[in-house]
Amino acid sequence: MKVRVLVRPKEGILDPQGEAVRGALPALGFGGVKTVHIGRLIEMEVETADEVDAMCKRLLANPTIEEYEWEVIH
Amino acid sequence: MRIGVTIFPGSNCDRDALYAVERMGAEPVELWHADADLKGVDAVIVPGGFSYGDYLRPGAIARFANVMGPLEDFAKSGGPVLGVCNGFQVLTEAHLLPGALLRNTGMRFVCDRVRVRVEATDTPWTAGCEVGEELTLPVAHNEGNYFADDATLAQLEDEGRVVLRYLENPNGSANDIAGVCSEERNVVGIMPHPERVSDPALGSDEGLRILRSVLVGAGV
Repeated sequence: MKVRVLVRPKEGILDPQGEAVRGALPALGFGGVKTVHIGRLIEMEVETADEVDAMCKRLLANPTIEEYEWEVIH
Repeated sequence: MRIGVTIFPGSNCDRDALYAVERMGAEPVELWHADADLKGVDAVIVPGGFSYGDYLRPGAIARFANVMGPLEDFAKSGGPVLGVCNGFQVLTEAHLLPGALLRNTGMRFVCDRVRVRVEATDTPWTAGCEVGEELTLPVAHNEGNYFADDATLAQLEDEGRVVLRYLENPNGSANDIAGVCSEERNVVGIMPHPERVSDPALGSDEGLRILRSVLVGAGV
């Protein structure tokens, strides 16, 4: 099965990448963008989803600074 | 004294660190990432670089290298461990040090010399310095912006575990933190590179103030 993991900076953690992109959008004429947060998308093919949460905690995300969510795609 | 330097794929300050260990007057020992033991060394330096290409997060993959098992045991039994730059990132990922190193606030790689103040001398890596002593050390990093939650920061300050502090903050680091130590104080992580200023031929040997401390602590 295929699972999709989304990792992003925790609320309130400085996200300079997102901030830089937010600053760039108005320069291209795209107005009204209040915030941009940039994370990481990880897709994996696994035999079982049993250990996905453990994978997120131990390696895919750093719980000190990031939050994650995951779903089985198919 | 025998001092080990870990070498991961992508480490690029390992040679500098091995050279600096010689300059300290100690015996350098290479510790390959696939090694299953620390070859009986008395202290370990985890050097700077881009271990495993900084893939996923700086230090995230190196933290699971073979050599890290014995290194964690060594650290937990009180052995002196110094992480420099990427080594600092590896030690936070391994939970041997609190917090994490985020992207610099300015979104730029910072390559410069910075002034830092020694805040704590009761660690093996600053025992030869004076409290309040100011050093000029090189920094070269993209993720040097120290972060910990408010409770952890307060605890670090209360327990005097901020080891080095920037006089002028180059990366947005919380509380101007350039280096911290573990609760037991034997594990120290710093962003500046003392090994790059270990010989007057490199412009300065002020980095030896830090590195030689481990000899002072051991009574050498």
